[in-house]
Amino acid sequence: MSPTEITVNGTTRPCEAGPHTSLLDWLRGQGWTGAKEGCAEGECGACAVLVARPDGPERTRWVSVNACLPPALSYDGQEVITAEGLGTPTAPGQQAALHPVQREMADRGGSQCGYCTPGFVCAMAAEFYRPERDGQTPQDPTEHDHECGPNGFDLHALSGNLCRCTGYRPIRDAAYALGDPDPADPIAGRRDSAAPPARATEISGAGSTFVRPADLPDLLTRLAATPDAVLVAGATDAGVERNLRHTRPPVVLGIDRVEELRELQLTDETVEIGAALTLSEIERGLGGRVRLLDQLFPQFASRLIRNGATLGGNLGTGSPIGDAAPVLLALEAALVLASVDGEREVALADYFTGYRQSVRQPGELIKAVRIPLPLAPHTAFHKIAKRRFDDISSVAIAIALRLEGDTVASVRIGLGGVAATPVRALATEEALTGHAWDADTVARAAGVLAQEGTPLDDHRASARYRSAMLEQSLLRFFDEQGRARAKPLPKDGEGVRDLYENAGEER
Amino acid sequence: MSTPLSQRPPQPVVGLSVAHESADPHVTGAALYTDDLVGRTTNVLHAWPVQAPHAHARVTGLQTDPALQVEGVVRVLTAADVPGVNDSGVKQDEPLFPDEVMYHGHAVCWVLAETVEAARLGAEAVEVAYEPLPSVITLTEAIEQESFQGGQRTVTRGDAAAGLERAAHRFSGEFEFGGQEHFYLETHAALASVDEAGQVFVQSSTQHPTETQEIIAHVLGLRSHEVTVQCLRMGGGFGGKEMQPHGLAAVAALGAVLTGRPVRLRLNRTQDITMTGKRHPFHASWEVGFDQEGHLEALRTTLTSDGGWSLDLSEAVLGRALCHVDNAYYVPDAEFHGRIAQTHKTSQTAFRGFGGPQGMLVLEDILGRCAPALGIDPTELRRRNLYQPGQSTPYGQPVRHAERLEAVLEEVSARADLTTRHTQIASFNATSPHRKRGIACTPVKFGISFNFTAFNQAGALVHVYKDGSVLINHGGTEMGQGLHTKMRQVAATALGLRLSAIRLAPTRTDKVPNTSATAASSGSDLNGGAVKDACEQIRERLTAVAADRLGAPIDDVRFSDGTVSAGDTSLPWSDLVKHAYLERVQLFAAGYYRTEGLHWDGVRMQGEPFKYFAYGAAVSEVEVDGFTGAHTVLRTDIVHDVGDSLSPLVDLGQIEGGFLQGVGWLTLEDLRWDTSDGDGRGRVTTSAASTYKLPSFSELPRELNVHLLEQASEDGAVYGSKAVGEPPLMLAFSVREALRQAVAAFGPTGHSVELGCPSTPEAVFWAVDAAREAAQRDGSGAAAPARTVGARTESAKTDPAYAEGSAPAPTAGESVVTGGLAD
Repeated sequence: MSPTEITVNGTTRPCEAGPHTSLLDWLRGQGWTGAKEGCAEGECGACAVLVARPDGPERTRWVSVNACLPPALSYDGQEVITAEGLGTPTAPGQQAALHPVQREMADRGGSQCGYCTPGFVCAMAAEFYRPERDGQTPQDPTEHDHECGPNGFDLHALSGNLCRCTGYRPIRDAAYALGDPDPADPIAGRRDSAAPPARATEISGAGSTFVRPADLPDLLTRLAATPDAVLVAGATDAGVERNLRHTRPPVVLGIDRVEELRELQLTDETVEIGAALTLSEIERGLGGRVRLLDQLFPQFASRLIRNGATLGGNLGTGSPIGDAAPVLLALEAALVLASVDGEREVALADYFTGYRQSVRQPGELIKAVRIPLPLAPHTAFHKIAKRRFDDISSVAIAIALRLEGDTVASVRIGLGGVAATPVRALATEEALTGHAWDADTVARAAGVLAQEGTPLDDHRASARYRSAMLEQSLLRFFDEQGRARAKPLPKDGEGVRDLYENAGEER
Repeated sequence: MSTPLSQRPPQPVVGLSVAHESADPHVTGAALYTDDLVGRTTNVLHAWPVQAPHAHARVTGLQTDPALQVEGVVRVLTAADVPGVNDSGVKQDEPLFPDEVMYHGHAVCWVLAETVEAARLGAEAVEVAYEPLPSVITLTEAIEQESFQGGQRTVTRGDAAAGLERAAHRFSGEFEFGGQEHFYLETHAALASVDEAGQVFVQSSTQHPTETQEIIAHVLGLRSHEVTVQCLRMGGGFGGKEMQPHGLAAVAALGAVLTGRPVRLRLNRTQDITMTGKRHPFHASWEVGFDQEGHLEALRTTLTSDGGWSLDLSEAVLGRALCHVDNAYYVPDAEFHGRIAQTHKTSQTAFRGFGGPQGMLVLEDILGRCAPALGIDPTELRRRNLYQPGQSTPYGQPVRHAERLEAVLEEVSARADLTTRHTQIASFNATSPHRKRGIACTPVKFGISFNFTAFNQAGALVHVYKDGSVLINHGGTEMGQGLHTKMRQVAATALGLRLSAIRLAPTRTDKVPNTSATAASSGSDLNGGAVKDACEQIRERLTAVAADRLGAPIDDVRFSDGTVSAGDTSLPWSDLVKHAYLERVQLFAAGYYRTEGLHWDGVRMQGEPFKYFAYGAAVSEVEVDGFTGAHTVLRTDIVHDVGDSLSPLVDLGQIEGGFLQGVGWLTLEDLRWDTSDGDGRGRVTTSAASTYKLPSFSELPRELNVHLLEQASEDGAVYGSKAVGEPPLMLAFSVREALRQAVAAFGPTGHSVELGCPSTPEAVFWAVDAAREAAQRDGSGAAAPARTVGARTESAKTDPAYAEGSAPAPTAGESVVTGGLAD
C-alpha cells in the first residue's frame, strides 16, 4: 500500500496522522494555520477548506467542508486547498496576490478580527467555482431570492459560517460582487479533469485503525469482523463525537467513496438513493424531482455540512432530531440494509426501535434509501428552530398529502423531536384520512397532532411550545395549500412531473 | 506646537475610508493568532483543566498521581505549586486553584502533557473528591435567599415617590432578561515561556495586557518587570477578554516556570463557554409615572444583576447600568437601585456595552409596554421624552449636544420613510392573518469614558528610524475593531505622512506600560491621543530642523503627504529625518494622554463620569409568522453619531456588527443553565455552537442602511471623532420593539405586549398567542388588523391630548402591565 499523503495547496505531503486526528488538526500541525478551530463541531465554519470531489467521472468539483470533522486520513490521496492556497498577502519585495474572493472580502470590510475569515473565503470560493452559478439575475423574485445575488451567488453557501464581528452585510456584498473565474485560473481549470480517485487506505496507530475499504464486499467483510466499527462518510456526527465527547472507536471505516453506496437510481417504482451520497450530491442529482426533499435540503444544517453529510449517516445515528427521518417517513421510504449475508429491505417506519436504537444488526449497514413512486402531490417540511440557517430542530414535521377531490385520500406525517425516535403521527393521519380537506377537519386533526408524541422541555424549546408547533404545523400547511392553489401552476421540467400522481392537476 | 485635540490638518489621513490594516493577512490566512504560534514553537506542553461536576462543593481530596501514570503527562498544577498569591482576580475573590468549587465546570487543577490528547486523558485520571454544597442558580433564587455580593448603589434625583404620586398614569412591572455568551470566534488562548534570564513571556489573547501581566506576576510572586505580555491580535473580544484571560495566562506561565518548557493553554469551545464569564442577566422591578401627555414624571427601579460566583467587573457593570437606565430620556424624579446577586455560575463580566444595554433595555421595555396603555404611538412617546438641551442626567451630568438626539431621530425617520411605511404595514397586516409586520424607532445615548476615572489614560511609543520609516506602538489591543488601523491613520495625520509610511508593532507590556484595558469603546480616544502626542513631539523637533534647512520661519513649516514645506521650498520627509539624526535630534517619543474634565463619586453615584455621549437611532421593520413566532428583519435604517469619523469603513463595520450582535442578544441568543435539582444542576446546557445560536446570515436584515451623522465633530476627542465600539449594539432595541409592534397586530387595538427576552421564536409565539387571546376576548377576532398604527402616529402628532381623548385610551395600567397600579 502506498504511503498516505495529502496534496495541500498544490504540495503533496505525507500524512502520518492517527485515525482520530481531524483534517484540521493535521493541516494546522503542518503549518497551514489559516484554517481555525472555532467550535469543533461543524457549526462555525472557521475551519472550512476546499476539497476536490468527483463531479461525474471526468470532472472535479471544489466543495467546501468543515475540516474539523473528517479524519485527515479520509483525505489520503486527495487534494485540499486552504485560504493560504488561494492567495498570498504582501510580503517584503512582493506584491499581494489575492484571489478575487479575497480581494472583495478585504476591500469591502469583510474581515474585522479575521479569525472566521479564511473559512468564509473558502466557502465563498467553493460557490465562486460552482459550475451552475450562471451569473444571471434570478427571474422570479421570491423569498429565496433575497438569498441569491445578481451573480447567481447562493447565500446558503455561507450558511455554515459564523462571523461575530461584521454583521455579515459586507460579506454578502463581497459575495454578490464576484464575477466569473478567470479562464486562466488554475483552480477553475482543475475542474475539467477527473477528481483524484479514492484509495484503499489502512493505517493503525494509538490502538485504533482507519480503513478505507476498496469496495462494498471488502467493507461488509470488515464490518462483519468488527461489528463495532464506526462507519464514517463526512464524519459530520462522528467528528462531533470525537471532538466534543472524545469517543475513540478502535476501528473507523471510511465509506465516503465506496461506489456501491453512491448510486442514484430512478425507476418507475422507486427513487433509490445511495447511503454514502452527500446531501449536496443528492440535491443536484435529483434536480428538484422530489419536492419534499427539496424543501428539506436548504433547512438541513449548512452547505458545509451537506457537502459531507449523507442520508446513511443521518439515519444510521438514529438521532430523534435528525431532519431527514421525518421527511423520509412521510415519503414512506424503506432502507436497504446490507451485510455479508445479503440485502434486506426494511420500512423506515419499522426501523427505529428506541433512542438511537434500530433493527439494524451487527455487521449490517444502510446501503440505500428507497422512496416509492408515485409521490404524494402536496407536501411540506416545517422545521421549528431558533435560527433559520443551520440550526437543530426543536420539532420537525413533514407532511405528504393525497387528495381525491376535496377528500383526504391518504396522508403521511413524519415527526422529529417529539419522542425517543422519529415517529409517524398515526392518530393524526387517521383523523384526516377519508375526511373533507377543510378548515374544520384540519382544526380537529391539528388538535390530535398536538397530542402526538411526548415532547420534552430542554434548552431548545419547552414541551408546551413543541406541542403547539405540532398543532400549528397542520394549520400552516392548510393555509399554504390554500395559497398554493390560488397561484398559477409552476412550470416543471419533464420527468419531474412523472414522479407525482395527479401531477398535471395538482402542481 | 501641539494642536488642539480635535483639530484636523489639511488633507488628513484620518477620515479616509481604508481597509482594516490586517485585511490582506486575514483573507489569506496569514494573520497569526496566539494559538497559531504553537506550531512555530518547539517543545511545547499542552494544558487541560480538571473541571468540577458540581455547582457548589468542597474539594475534600485531590489525587494527581494517577494522571502522572498516563503516558505523556508531565505535571499536574495545583494550589501547592503557586509561589505567589493563589488568586486570579483583582478583588482577591477568585482562587486560581480553588478548594471550594463555585460553579459547574470550575477548574480545580490543570494537567500538562506532551500532547493535548495526553493532557485530556491525564485530566480524566485525576481523582477529586467533592462534598456537594447547596447552590444558588437562578436570579429568583438569589433574590429570595438574599444572596448578594459587592456594594449596592443608588442613583437618585429629586423625589421619585412624589413624582409617582404626581403622575397622571402609573404602571409597575417586572422584567427579567438573559445574558449573552461572547462567542468570540477565537477562544481563550495563552502561550507562555521563560527566557534564560528568568523573564516570563506570555503571548495572550487579552484585551488588558497590563492586568494580565499583573495577575501573572502576583501568582508567580514576581515583580511586573519580570513578566512581559504580548497580544498579536485577538479573534474577537467583546469584553470577554478584559478580565477573563488573566487566570488562564497565569496557569500557562506557572507551568512554564515550573517545567522550563513553553506551555500552551487554549480552551476549546465547551471549556470556554462553561468556564468564562458572560454578559450579566438582569432582573428589574419598576414603577413609572407619566403625565397627561406621556412625559415621564418619575421612575423607581431596582436592578439585580446576576454576577455569578465572584465579583470580577460586576460592580462597574452595575454602575454603568444605573447610569444608562435613562437612555435618551429625561426622567425628572429618579430612584435607581442596583445590587449584584451571587450565584453558582461563571463569573459574569464585561460585554460590549458593559451594563449600559441592560440598563437601557429596562426603560425601553417600559416605554414599549406602556405606550398602548397611554394611547400614544411608541415612537411618539419616545420622541416626547428625549433629553432637551440644558437637561442633565439623574447622576448629574449635563447632556451636551442633546439636540443631536432629536436630529438623529428625525434623520433616521426621514431616511426610513417611517410615516409612509407605517401606513403600508397597516394595510399589509389588514390582509395578512398569519404574518404581521411591525416597525419601530429607538434612540441611543451612551456615555463615553471608563466610569473608573484612572483608566482614562494611555501611552504610546513612536519611533522614527533614520530612513524615515515610522514604527508605532500603543497600549491598545486589536480585536477586530480596527484600532490599529485608526492609530496608523492618526500617526500619518500627525506626521504628515502617507499611511504606508507607518508600521504598527504588536501590543506588549514592555513597550508601553500601565495600559488600560482596550474596552469601554475608549481605545481610539485614549490611544489616539497618546499616539498623536508622541508624533507631535517628534514633529515639533523636526519643525525646527526643517525651518533651518528651508530657511523659513517655524510657523510656516508644513508636513503633508511625505513632504515638508515652507512656502515654495520643500524637502522630502526622509531627507529631513536624515538631517535631524545627524544634528542629534531625538527621533522617538513616548506619548501620553489622559481625558480631562472627568469627576465621579462612585459611592454617591453623582458627577460627570463621561467625556461625552454618543448618539444614534435606528428604525427596524420585522415580519412575524404567527404559526411559529419565527421572525425576519426586513429592513433596518441607522443614523449614528461617530463625531468626525477617523476611519469610515471601520466605523461602519463597528455599527453594523454591534447592531447585529445586539439583535442576537435580544432575539436569538438563549443561554440556559440546568436549574433542576438533578446531578447536572448549574451546568450550562447551551455549551456549544450547536446549542447556543448566534446570528448568522439569516438574521441580517434584508436591507440595511447605515449613515454617519454629518457635521458631528466632537471637540473633546482626537481629531473630532467619537467612540464607536459599544453604542451601536443598543440600536438593536429597534428590532425588539418592532417585534412588539408586529405581535400587537395579532391583538386588539391598544393591546400591550409583554415580550420575553431574548425574544426567540418561542417567546414571540407566546406573545402572539396572548395577543390572539386578547383579540378573542375583545371580540375583534384573531385576525384583528392593526390599521390604527399609522393613524395613531398622525393623531398623536396633531393632538397631544389624544391619550385622554378618543378611544382606545384604556385606563392606565389595567391588565396591560404586570401588577399594574391603577392611578
